Amino acid sequence: MGNGTRLGRVRGLGSSHHGSHHWIQQRLTALGNILLVTWFVVSMFRLPLTDHAAVLRWASNPSVALALILMVASVFWHLRLGLQVMIEDYVHGEATRILSLVLLNFYAIGGAAYGIFAIVRIALAPAAGLAPGGM
Amino acid sequence: MAGNQPGARPRSPHLQVYKWTPAMAVSIFHRVSGDGLAIVGGLMFLWWLGALAAGPDAYAAFVACVWHDPSPEIGTFHQVTNILGKVVVIGLTWAFFQHLFSGLRHFVLDTGAGYELKTNKLWSILIFVGAIAATVAVWLTVFAEALNG
Repeated sequence: MGNGTRLGRVRGLGSSHHGSHHWIQQRLTALGNILLVTWFVVSMFRLPLTDHAAVLRWASNPSVALALILMVASVFWHLRLGLQVMIEDYVHGEATRILSLVLLNFYAIGGAAYGIFAIVRIALAPAAGLAPGGM
Repeated sequence: MAGNQPGARPRSPHLQVYKWTPAMAVSIFHRVSGDGLAIVGGLMFLWWLGALAAGPDAYAAFVACVWHDPSPEIGTFHQVTNILGKVVVIGLTWAFFQHLFSGLRHFVLDTGAGYELKTNKLWSILIFVGAIAATVAVWLTVFAEALNG
């Protein structure tokens, strides 16, 4: 195998200097989650959650909507990395593992897109002159 | 090695074989709470957010299913889901605290600190105690306020 090119080392399952990439991303999104999810959980316990109008008024505030979007991005990125490790550890068999990882990507990217779109709907409905649920 | 059947080969020690220690338990529960938050928490969050965006009727339907159905003739389905919903939401609160405290422990371990046997064991136990204490404190406050107000 020798000390050939980086591509050669990857083919030989050697280091391509990306070994810490997953680890670093997990830590960075964890930092984002500490701030954003803690803020979200505190907000949930302070809000009158059964009152739609009150929760909607809170969520349509531009700063809140922005923080919610950032939280969705950070959380779904972090959970994609975490669930990936679980799948790699526990799902054996090439085909089921690849299928699981594909489904994970659908969930992480689809879930984040669904969440962000819902927040944008909530935040922009008043500006567009729409009642809640419009757009 | 000749004559050994594949089934008779020594197996890698697994959960049933290891003696449980606090450090091992906190590591396992970091994964359990994280995966629970990722799947159950993620889906509940999206359900709640979608209902919030869809309008007052959809939101009322969400609340009636997950938390409390205010109708006088509440059906069996909602009687079950009202209990189930509270179990899930309180469980997610615990998972949040467990994963948060355990994650903070990982940040400390990442710096190379906290590996001394006694220190490591102490903090592993404190993570569990802290997560349960925080969950109990938060929900006692919520239910106390609900009873008084």
